[in-house]
Amino acid sequence: MSSKWVAVAAAVLSMTGVAAAKPLKVVGPWEIAGIDPAQSGYVFSRMQVAETLVSVDAEGKPSAGLATAWSASEDGLAWRFRLREAARFHDGSPVTAAIVADTLRKVHGGAGVFSQVPVASVEADGNDVVIRLSKPFAALPAYLVNFTTIILAPSSLGPSGKVERIVGSGPYRVKSLTPPLAMQLEAAPDWTGAKPGIDEVSYQAVGQGETRALMAESGEADLVFSMLPVSVERLKRNPNLDVRIATIPRTRLLKVNAASPLFSDVRVRRAISAALDREGITRVILRNTDLAATQLFPKALAGWNDPELPLLKRDLAAAKALLAEAGWTPGADGILQKDGKPFSFTLLTYASWPELPPIATAIQAQLKQVGIDAKVSVGNSSEIPARHKDGTLDMGLVSRLYSIVPDAIGTLRDDYKSGGSDWGATGWANDELNALVETMAQTSEPAARAPMQKRAIAILQSELPSIPVTWSELAIVANKRVTGLRIDPLEVNYSLASIRWAQ
Amino acid sequence: MKRLVLARLLQAGLVVLVVGILCFVLVRALPGDPAMRIAAGRYGPDANITEAAEVVRRELGLDQPALVQLGASMGQLARLDLGHSVVTGVPITRELRIQLGATLWLSGSALVLSLLLGPPLGLLAGLRRGGWVDNASLGGAIVLRSLPPFVLGLLLILVFAMLLGLFPPAGYGTWRDLALPALTLALGLAAVSSRVARDAVAAVARTPYLAFARLKGLPEAVVVRRHVLRNAAIPVVSYLALQAIYLIEGVVVVETLFGIPGIGHALVHAVIARDVPMVQGTALAMGLLFVVIAMAVDLACHWLDPRPKRA
Repeated sequence: MSSKWVAVAAAVLSMTGVAAAKPLKVVGPWEIAGIDPAQSGYVFSRMQVAETLVSVDAEGKPSAGLATAWSASEDGLAWRFRLREAARFHDGSPVTAAIVADTLRKVHGGAGVFSQVPVASVEADGNDVVIRLSKPFAALPAYLVNFTTIILAPSSLGPSGKVERIVGSGPYRVKSLTPPLAMQLEAAPDWTGAKPGIDEVSYQAVGQGETRALMAESGEADLVFSMLPVSVERLKRNPNLDVRIATIPRTRLLKVNAASPLFSDVRVRRAISAALDREGITRVILRNTDLAATQLFPKALAGWNDPELPLLKRDLAAAKALLAEAGWTPGADGILQKDGKPFSFTLLTYASWPELPPIATAIQAQLKQVGIDAKVSVGNSSEIPARHKDGTLDMGLVSRLYSIVPDAIGTLRDDYKSGGSDWGATGWANDELNALVETMAQTSEPAARAPMQKRAIAILQSELPSIPVTWSELAIVANKRVTGLRIDPLEVNYSLASIRWAQ
Repeated sequence: MKRLVLARLLQAGLVVLVVGILCFVLVRALPGDPAMRIAAGRYGPDANITEAAEVVRRELGLDQPALVQLGASMGQLARLDLGHSVVTGVPITRELRIQLGATLWLSGSALVLSLLLGPPLGLLAGLRRGGWVDNASLGGAIVLRSLPPFVLGLLLILVFAMLLGLFPPAGYGTWRDLALPALTLALGLAAVSSRVARDAVAAVARTPYLAFARLKGLPEAVVVRRHVLRNAAIPVVSYLALQAIYLIEGVVVVETLFGIPGIGHALVHAVIARDVPMVQGTALAMGLLFVVIAMAVDLACHWLDPRPKRA
């Protein structure tokens, strides 16, 4: 009798043992296209396998990463980053300043955002990494948050010097990696911080939004990232699921070629903005009217959203008046004309984000109401940069991320420089903005920067080199089996290590 | 028999040559700057693509004349070296091992499942022409074959994953993950193979030799085993080769729907990203697979019906 009970107890214990060893199943849309940090570093940073020198806190401010503290010299030209004591890579070797300096030098020579920092030299000095600049650059720590600057052990590199495996220094280490769709992680024994709440994590990339929603609903996945707006309401009604929405610093905007005769007149750009029914687009396609972009940066981007700015909103009468002022008159077919030429162009977009093509067709219909004929063309994401480069772009609908560097100055500096960039302005230049951005890049004092930031967004709002359409949000679904989920709107780190199984 | 195998081997050599050249030429003939496409494939749609494209162009020698690049590519193939993916940087052989492996598992299970479902049903329907099995399986076949795999897959997910909770809706790694995608493909395959089997059995059932077998008093089970199965198997087996084509087109959709890291999914991405070595490797693997399947079917038919064929 008693031996029978012992057997039952043993069976129950072994079952709970199995439950404790169960991995946390994470599902997201991001494929691991290649393991080079420049390509998929964000996956390893978000999943806490690899670390950057600097991370971000809940407010988006730079916080300790692999570096615990940093300081700049008085002239702002030399920055010293102190590495975490006793930090070790997953192969057991110590994280040294020499390895970090080596990595950063190499990354600076590549095509990532860090190459835009005016770095003169990177040297190791004891346990410190010293970065010398050719001119002051206050936003340096923010650039060191970018995933392309993750620090990997020398054993990550193959004989050709390319990254062949991921040996990082975070709380989780790679157990197995099957690009492009799957990855298994386990708690790293050398991690000196708080022990992860769940020992094993499995990540699966699932491209189809519908399938991701079904995986959350069926309880197959514990944590699912990036839900389609149409699924969110249904998932919220499910008693087993916890749906969290994070406003992420991403704006869908019309990239307008200001050098084209169609759009060189600022009145035309303002008219297009006034013709857009942002509320309709966000209500029908994104299912949340709070996402109507009344200015370029969303409220979540502290200091970069000015509530006092005159809002961008729909006003068809004003749009028609502005177009008439600019010399466009309705033709026989209802399409506006000027000097015998119709107001007709191609609106280029791409399907990397599933919501862009429907938004483009909505914009097409809205522009038609003021007599503008836009033809929608859906291509590859590289077509817009290609046509920006050769000057043949009329208008593109793009989705622009402002947290590639967590300080928006990083994107602003690139997007609205004279001539613009891939995802910023085209054929547009503004000397006042250029000067402001350069001064801001050298100013670290928030109080000193605030009025400059305000002025910069006022210029963008009145000149409209890009016409904001909608802001974005990220829907994350967690099964109520897990607790301790933290949402990072900048998507630098998903803090998986703090997640636990609910009791 | 020897001639049969030799002809197929010669065919395999031609497949390599034609696929190698065609992939290169076709991918390059597509509009758009390949360096930009590769950069977008590598670094995603948030990156500075123009800048990254220059790095890609220098690294891969895309600024060289097209003929020089074609020569290099064919030289590599001649040395039986498939090279590295220009997007992921991983050797093509490794990509194929993982991705083709996943696809072979999926299509192999689908084929086995369809053979368990289709031909037995066809046999029953063919032996009782016009009976309820015949009519029901005709109706079922029409519905299943006219549903696109995408819709069929979603329906199966709704029933087996959401309603009954028997299988996961997506994933890869265990047989449980394989169940629904394999069933999605198998139902489409079985829909047709059951009808082919039914017609073949019906044709055999009308032959004088079968009437004679019954007349001489053989039990029905022996009649079926000895005279129906082997004779009716020939068209069913020949048809298997054609079904491989349905599998390949179905696999692309099913892999994407169920999140399986297979070759169909990889090929679509490789074409979008202008990843010539990956397209070449994938097309070659698929082309050679067709040759192998055709050869296996030829041999099987030869075994089923050893009478020499007259042209």
